[in-house]
Amino acid sequence: MTSRKFEIMVGFFVALGIAALIFLALNVASAGVTGSGQTYNLYAKFDNIGGLKVRSAVKVGGVVIGRVEEITLDPVDYAPIAKLAIDSRYNNFPDTSSLSILTSGLLGEQYLGLEPGFIDETVEILGEGGFIEDTKSALVLEELIGQFLFSQGNHD
Amino acid sequence: MDWLQNLGKGTLSSFAAIGRATYLLFGALFGGKPNFKKAFPLLIKQIHVVGVQSLVLILVSGLFIGMVLALQGYTVLIDYGAEDSLGPMVSLALLRELGPVVTALLFAGRAGSALTAEIGLMKATEQLTSLEMMAVDPLRRIVAPRFWAGVISMPLLAIMFSSVGILGGHIVGVEWLGVDQGSFWSIMQASVDFTDDILNGVIKSIVFAFVVTWIALFRGYDAVPTSEGISQATTQTVVQASLAVLGLDFVLTALMFGN
Repeated sequence: MTSRKFEIMVGFFVALGIAALIFLALNVASAGVTGSGQTYNLYAKFDNIGGLKVRSAVKVGGVVIGRVEEITLDPVDYAPIAKLAIDSRYNNFPDTSSLSILTSGLLGEQYLGLEPGFIDETVEILGEGGFIEDTKSALVLEELIGQFLFSQGNHD
Repeated sequence: MDWLQNLGKGTLSSFAAIGRATYLLFGALFGGKPNFKKAFPLLIKQIHVVGVQSLVLILVSGLFIGMVLALQGYTVLIDYGAEDSLGPMVSLALLRELGPVVTALLFAGRAGSALTAEIGLMKATEQLTSLEMMAVDPLRRIVAPRFWAGVISMPLLAIMFSSVGILGGHIVGVEWLGVDQGSFWSIMQASVDFTDDILNGVIKSIVFAFVVTWIALFRGYDAVPTSEGISQATTQTVVQASLAVLGLDFVLTALMFGN
């Protein structure tokens, strides 16, 4: 019957459309650590966040473990505070860990590199709301050039 | 005084046309009680005509547009050593703009003109009047299934267009020009957002589907029932639908990505 043929063709059409949407959702948009899974929050205070943005990646050894969720300014000392959402599977970082703002490539986007610290009896494990003390700010190219010129001038 | 009279006449007739078009839409969507058991086979038939038969056109166009985007983007980006950004360039251009817009333009040419000609000829051969004689509402029997078929088909076609376009960009960028496969996909994934980019593109194409199908059906239903009238109505469908899509695209883009 012709209507059965139409129904099969339309079924195929709709299935293809849904398959394309799933392809877009999983392969083209980031389906990894984007806050859809279980996360916990860490906080870190920087002197200067440079080009860090909300949704920038947090990486350990190049592996993405979370994202920057919010960037605010401390009302007392006007230092930027980054709120990080970290995947709950990675919940064993000691509070001696350090964070630095790194750049992928020379002109690439900036991300946070987390360097896990040492563990002994006095060190606590970072949990929900934990605060990372040891942070290194972004390299601001203009400041580097300024320092370089200044140091050149001092030699004379 | 002639020009004043013409201006008044033009204004009145365009308002009358908007009124008739609104009447057509409401009659098709809300006139009478919906009978899903009867309407479903009609809808399936129309999705086949409007959607499935446009599939090859959409897929081939999507593939080539993705390939051209990758090729053009590569020649510019390589100058700045930024050819790794080819992935996000191709995918964002397709998902936000080209997917919905080009699909809507092709759809207006491929399916919209066919809808206008079909309904116009039904009117010219008095099939619509015969249906009314038999107490069958032509708005519900003829117009409604075609309208819903258009609104359902076009977003699906736009999604497929974007997917195939991204695959085409991958073929040219990665397989042919030698952009690193890992950075092509991973930088794309880092910069494409599901709600901001993909869903907004789908919303765009739903709006376009609504407008294009509505214009096509109204032009057919409102055609002068002669062979010349049908030919004019078909032309008007393609012209007005294309202009409406491009104009609306600017408004929607300003609303979605403007700030």
